[in-house]
Amino acid sequence: MKRYSPLLILAGTVIVIQLLTLITGKAFLLTQLTMSAYYVLVAAGLCMVMGYAGQISLGQAGFFAIGGYTTAFLTTIDFSGKTATAVYKILDSMGLLISKENLYGDTVIHISPWISLLAAVIIAAGTAYFLGVPVLRLKGHYLAMATMGFGIIIYRIVLGTPFLGEADGITNVPEFIIFPGVNVSGDFTSRVGNYYIAWLLVIVGMFLLLNLINSRVGRALRSLHGSEDAADSMGVDTARYKVNVFVIGAVFAAVAGFFMTHYNGGIGPSEAGVAKSVRYVAIVAVGGMANLWGSLVMGLVLNFLSLRGVFGHFDDAVFGVILVLMMMFMPEGFIRKSVFNDLKTVILRLLKKEPEKFKQGAEIND
Amino acid sequence: MSAEQILQYIFAGITVGSIYAFVAIGYNIIYNATGIINFAQGEFVMLGGMIAYTFSQYMPLLPAIILAVIITSAIGGLIESVFIRRMKKNSVLGMIVVTIGISILLREASLYVWDEQIRALRFFTGSEISSVNIFGARISPQVLWVLGVTIVLVIVMFLFFKFTLTGQAMRACSENSRAAKLCGIRTDSMVNLSFMLSAGIGALGGCVVSPLTQTHYAMGTDLAIKGFIVAILGGLGNATAAVAAGILLGLIESFSISILPMAYKDVVSIVILLVILLVKPSGIFGSVQASSMKDY
Repeated sequence: MKRYSPLLILAGTVIVIQLLTLITGKAFLLTQLTMSAYYVLVAAGLCMVMGYAGQISLGQAGFFAIGGYTTAFLTTIDFSGKTATAVYKILDSMGLLISKENLYGDTVIHISPWISLLAAVIIAAGTAYFLGVPVLRLKGHYLAMATMGFGIIIYRIVLGTPFLGEADGITNVPEFIIFPGVNVSGDFTSRVGNYYIAWLLVIVGMFLLLNLINSRVGRALRSLHGSEDAADSMGVDTARYKVNVFVIGAVFAAVAGFFMTHYNGGIGPSEAGVAKSVRYVAIVAVGGMANLWGSLVMGLVLNFLSLRGVFGHFDDAVFGVILVLMMMFMPEGFIRKSVFNDLKTVILRLLKKEPEKFKQGAEIND
Repeated sequence: MSAEQILQYIFAGITVGSIYAFVAIGYNIIYNATGIINFAQGEFVMLGGMIAYTFSQYMPLLPAIILAVIITSAIGGLIESVFIRRMKKNSVLGMIVVTIGISILLREASLYVWDEQIRALRFFTGSEISSVNIFGARISPQVLWVLGVTIVLVIVMFLFFKFTLTGQAMRACSENSRAAKLCGIRTDSMVNLSFMLSAGIGALGGCVVSPLTQTHYAMGTDLAIKGFIVAILGGLGNATAAVAAGILLGLIESFSISILPMAYKDVVSIVILLVILLVKPSGIFGSVQASSMKDY
C-alpha cells in the first residue's frame, strides 16, 4: 500500500492546485496544466522505455502524432452526405455515429471518438510492435538513429499527405464526450473538468506503470538495463520484454496524442517533429532516467513553463542546455534521493547541527 | 525519360550525395577515434556555410572559406574539450544525449547570429545561370567544383591516414586506444584532433554546396540522419566507402523524386536505413567480421 501513497499525494496536489487557481483568480493557468498533463503521459511512457529497459527512443513524438492524427482524421469525416453507403449503415446500426449541428446550422455526422481511440491505440501498438521487433535488436547509436528515422518518416508523411492537412494539420476536431456532461474539448466552460480528466488519466497511467515496475516484468526490465547478456543468461526473454515496453510507451504517447487533439480541437505537424521527441528525452533525462516520479515532476514543470512562454525565444535552447548539463554533471538526473540527502546535509550544516550519522544506514533498511 | 534527363538526374544525385559523404566522413573520423556518433555533425556543415557567407561579404571567396573551415574546426575542438572530455559517465546513451544537446545549442546559437533567412554563398565560377554542357545535360559549374573537392578530399584523407605520423597515430587510437597510449601516443589530443578534423571537413562541405543547396540554420538534423545512413551503408568507420555510399544514396533520392512526390524523398532514404540496419548492419561495403568486433 505504501507504494501508492505518492499517488494519493499527487491526487491531493492536483486538487490543491485547482483550488489555488480558483482562489487567486488564475483559472487560465489550468489550460497549460492540462496540456502539460498529456505531455507528462508521454514522458512517463518514455521513462519506461529509456529508464527501465535502457532503450533510447527518439521517435516518441511520432507515436503521439499517430494517436492525434488517427482521431483527427477519423472524427472529421462527415457522413451526413453519405447516408446511403454501407459503412454508414453498419456504423449507424451499432450506434457509433454522433450527429450534431455545426456553427452554420448544418447537421454533421461523425464517428464516435471511442472508435478512433480504439483505432489510435491499435495503430500505435501495431506500429510499435512491427517497428520494435526488428529495431530493438539494435543497440546504442543504431537504435537512436533508427527510432529517430521512424520519427522523421511520420513527420514527413503528415507534412506531405493531403488528407492529413499537410502543413496546416487537421482542425475542427469534434469534442470527445466521455459520458454526457463530461467531455474533452477546449471549451472555456469545461476547463476545470478537462483539467481533472487529464490528471486523472495521468494518475491512472502512473498507477499502471508503478504496478508494472514492481512486478516480475519490472524486475526483468531492470536486469535488462543492467546487463542484457546477464539477463539473457538468467532466462529473461530480453527481446520480448524490450518490445513489450516499447509498445507500452507507444500506447501512452498515442493516448496522450488522442486526448490532446480533442482538447485542442486539432493537431499540426509540429507535434510530430524531432524537436518534440528530443524534448521528451530531455524530460526523462532530467527526471533521473529510471524515475517515474522524476519524469512526472520535470515533465510538468518544464512543459508548463514552456507552454506559458517563460523561455521565450530560447524554448528549444533551454532543452538543449538541460540535455548537455544533465549528462555532463548529473547523469543520474536531477530528482533522486541523494540530491535531497545532500540538501538535507547542507541545511543541517547551515543550522550548525551535525547530520545524524546513522541516517543513511537507516534508509537502506527501509 | 530521355538520356539527357537521366544524366541530369545523375548529376543532381551525385551533388547531393557528395554532401552526404562529407557528413559521413566526419562521422567516421570521430567514430574511429572515440566510438561516438556525433549527432551534431550536420551542424558543422551548416556552420561552415554560414561563416563563409558572412566573411564573403568582406573578402574574396577563397580566404572566406579557409577562415570558415578554421573557425569551425576550432569550434569542433572546443566542443570536445569543453563537453565530451568532461563527461562523468562514458555511456553510449549519455553520449547520444549530449551530442543531441550540443546540436540543439549550435542550431539555436546560429539562429540568433544569422536569423532564419536562407543564405547562399557566391558561385565559385560563373553565376546561377551559367552552365556546362556534358553529353547534352546542362549542369552548373558548381557541380564540378563539388565533385572535384570531394575527390581531392578523399585522396588527401587517404594520404594523411596512410603516410603522416599523426594520421597513423589516429589510426592506432582507433585500433586500440590503450595500446596506443602505451606506445606514447597522446590519445586525448588525438580525440580532440578528430573532432577538429571532422568539423573542418563538414565546414568545407558546407561551403562547397552552399551555392547549390543553400544554407539554413535548421539544415543540420536532416543532414545528420542522411549522413548516418551513408556512414552505415558504407560500413561505419570506412571513409572511402562513405563517398561511394553517399553518391549511391544521392542517386536513389534523385531518381525517387521522378517517381514519388517530393515530400516522400526523405521517407525513401530512411526506409533504406531501416532495411540496412535490419538486414546487414555492417553496411553493404563493410565486412561482417570487422563490425562484430565493434561496440555500438
